Amino acid sequence: MGDTVYELSQPGRRAFTLPALDVPAVPLDELIPAGQRRRLPARLPEVAEVELIRHFTELSRRDYGVDEGIYPLGSCTMKYNPKVNERVAALEGLRGLHPYEPEELVQGALKLMDELGGFLAEISGLQRTTLQPAAGAHGELTGLLLARAYHEAEGRDPKKVIIPDTAHGTNPASVTMAGYEVVAVRSDERGGIDLADLRAKATPGEVACLMVTNPNTLGLFDEHIVEIAAIVHEAGGLLYYDGANANAVLGRSRPGDMGFDIVHFNTHKTFSTPHGGGGPGAGPIVVRDILEPFLPVPVIAREGDGDGARYRLDYDRPQSIGKMRSFYGNFGVLVRAYAYIRGLGGEGLKRVSDAAVLNANYVLAGIHDLLAVSYDRTCMHEFVVSGAPLREYGVKTLDVAKRLLDKDVHPPTIYFPLIVKEAMMVEPTETESKAALDRLIAVLREVVDEAKRDATLLAEAPFTMPVRRLDEVRAARQPVVRQGFAEDGKSPAG
Amino acid sequence: MLASIGAASIDELFDDIPEGVRLRDGLKLPAPLAEGELVAELQRLADANTPATRMTSFLGGGVYDHYVPAVVDAVTGRSEFYTAYTPYQAERSQGVLQAIFEYQTAVCELTALGASNASLYDGATALAEAAFLAHAETRRTKIIVSGVVHPEYRQVLATEAHGIGLEIVEVGGDGGGLTDTAALRAAVDAQTAAVAVQQPTFLGGLEDMAAAARVAHAAGALFIAVVDPISLGVLASPGEYGADVAVGEGQSLGNYLDFGGPHLGFMAVRENLLRRMPGRIVGETVDSEGKRGFVLTLQTREQHIRRERATSNICSNQALNALAALVYLSWLGKEGLPTLGELCARKAAYLRERVLAVPGVAAFTHGPVFREFAVKLPVPARRTVHALAARGYLAGVDVGRWWPALDHVLLLAVTEKRTRREMDAFVAELEAFLDDPSAYEAVSAPLPSASAQELPLVGSPTAASSASTVAPTPEVRHG
Repeated sequence: MGDTVYELSQPGRRAFTLPALDVPAVPLDELIPAGQRRRLPARLPEVAEVELIRHFTELSRRDYGVDEGIYPLGSCTMKYNPKVNERVAALEGLRGLHPYEPEELVQGALKLMDELGGFLAEISGLQRTTLQPAAGAHGELTGLLLARAYHEAEGRDPKKVIIPDTAHGTNPASVTMAGYEVVAVRSDERGGIDLADLRAKATPGEVACLMVTNPNTLGLFDEHIVEIAAIVHEAGGLLYYDGANANAVLGRSRPGDMGFDIVHFNTHKTFSTPHGGGGPGAGPIVVRDILEPFLPVPVIAREGDGDGARYRLDYDRPQSIGKMRSFYGNFGVLVRAYAYIRGLGGEGLKRVSDAAVLNANYVLAGIHDLLAVSYDRTCMHEFVVSGAPLREYGVKTLDVAKRLLDKDVHPPTIYFPLIVKEAMMVEPTETESKAALDRLIAVLREVVDEAKRDATLLAEAPFTMPVRRLDEVRAARQPVVRQGFAEDGKSPAG
Repeated sequence: MLASIGAASIDELFDDIPEGVRLRDGLKLPAPLAEGELVAELQRLADANTPATRMTSFLGGGVYDHYVPAVVDAVTGRSEFYTAYTPYQAERSQGVLQAIFEYQTAVCELTALGASNASLYDGATALAEAAFLAHAETRRTKIIVSGVVHPEYRQVLATEAHGIGLEIVEVGGDGGGLTDTAALRAAVDAQTAAVAVQQPTFLGGLEDMAAAARVAHAAGALFIAVVDPISLGVLASPGEYGADVAVGEGQSLGNYLDFGGPHLGFMAVRENLLRRMPGRIVGETVDSEGKRGFVLTLQTREQHIRRERATSNICSNQALNALAALVYLSWLGKEGLPTLGELCARKAAYLRERVLAVPGVAAFTHGPVFREFAVKLPVPARRTVHALAARGYLAGVDVGRWWPALDHVLLLAVTEKRTRREMDAFVAELEAFLDDPSAYEAVSAPLPSASAQELPLVGSPTAASSASTVAPTPEVRHG
């Protein structure tokens, strides 16, 4: 690996320019007492601008984005991010807004947020939106706190949240943070929720909520969703829709119509906002009208319609759960999601899901004979196969993933969901061409073929990356989480 | 493609959706727009706003209008960074992993603490996560928070802590922008998991952080410092005054105002708390040939492994915002950060002195400040803000929106972008307004100049948009 920016640092070099002081040069001691001041400077790098740019350009070359090629990470919906999103998000009239400007100066921003809330309500089949959550997991926590406030207002005190064993890890973690207890429900032989097990666990008065992804993390639409909703509602619980997989059903079916009461969307998955190497995202949630009084403050209030409409931020919400983050949400991300929806319209969004599901089934058909298919059904936007048959050759799913890197294909999600051994979860997304899918199929076939002939090759892969396989155990056992400096006289420890 | 799948139509692929819940009539959304129309539509929405960056702005309150250098856009605009997913495949993601490692190092250096995570959603949620950490570490349930911590941070803390049942105790202010230290001492007891104090306070004052840390530690509680990263070139670091956890909002490090987000929260802890930290952490390791590399590490803390027993439900980080912060800090460097801090402190002191000389204006924040301070006006702050906005000034934050009794208190922030001329012109306008408020109308619509703006203008210091302000001073640049 190349040097870190700290290793490039040379005393006295600099990239910054700052305005000359144009007010009196009062000695700092007179402004801030010495006792309040920093003694040892932060050892930030000292580099010239060209060195800075070359360093980060070099780092970018060791990354892989959607702009470079297919990214079939299951459950992550790595679709292409339209460039126009970036252009509009950079408009100074949007990006240059301070959150505490008078409302009269931000009417366009409030209008955008109000309209986006309406679009998401239509897409989900529910009524009211909050754009505040900063990510999907944050939306989950918000939704569960809304459910809790709702039950408390109704004079109930249920303790349990039911979650299928296929759920994303964020679901149970969010349940704990909301002060609830997780109850797992089994999957049946078709990969859906086991209805008998659900009935046994949905004790009336004890169930606050059921959290479900539909299609689930196996890429399967739960055919019993209407019945599931009825069981939970009869037990007094609410239904929470983890919208991580919403890309499969846009314009085809709406969570609200399925019986869900709370929905979160991951804008980076469904609405093409770039993921930024791990964030920022946005996790807006939409709720049934019975939950509206509890939404976090502020909500956007519209007075009047059409050109005469005025928008304000309403904080006067006595039953509100409070606030989930400062200000109004990840506005810059929401602008991109808004642009995506306006660019496609309702019919365009349906085509998104049609193509996403078509592409996933095409890849599944192309490798159907190759690895074990756990649930042999028509999949939705993604599917799960098991690498277990390769174990007899001494090859793990991890090895397959690392070998795919050598073929310039980003590997699928691996070892998830947990109920499938040696899982590989493949989500091609709608933005890949048939040629790209054919290549993915061919490369997967090639790697499985290699696995059967030469387990060592796969065990040692990758060969063509900036580094060979990395030792994750060492990283966790002897954590080094920051740069060491020579004057520290020891190697840094985390 | 359908033939190889063995399906007759695309509709057939959706057969698993029960009849009763299929959407028959399609989504009722506005008709699609061509790219050019889309840009025009968004431009219209943008024109219905007046960005703070086109006004003479003294708005702060947690989000600050510092200059964003071109290098930040150049780096974060590289699609290898911004179109990548979370670095789950480390060998193919060494760039973002190393960048996060460098970011973590920068946060450790700023705070003088041993370990940092890869960033959190924002400053407010970072405070809530710090409270959860303290609860897990001490097994105690009470969090003492200063009443002059950012009101929205306290609100988020209270909302998120309600879930796991933490008791949040707020200690009042001293009436001059600082914590009531006697009340703080009285509030801390053997059930206290943590004491959280902000430096500078929301109202700009400088706390005695070392004393507050001693109060916390004497009771066996952790001390959480909520800090402003730009101030850390000048003000004592959390490590120097004994904080166990430092959190804060990283927006001011190379991130645009963006109407409040996306930004980043940062968190640093003493080394012994590393395994209690929420969120992603990048660690250094070696590859099979002994070469240095970076991976996501200590993942057994995280939700995808530990599920309901995880340290937090957080899954993502604000990687691109953290990258912007790292690039910004690399641009400023060891010398630039204190230079910038001194500029802000001197300009803020200048404006404070000038504003306090205006008849009728009284001090609110007492003692030294960094780049933000509050004053008491003879008319309500909200009215002042609305009147001066019509003249091209964002006078500051109306403190009365959180404390109705302080509705005459205005909070002003000064970054390096504000020139002496702008400040002088603002003070003259403020004086004229206070002399005859009836001559001023409240702002009711975007300012006319905003509609004339062209496509993206990348955060350069700009002149005030109002005709009542003077022309921009040519700024002398050195360095």
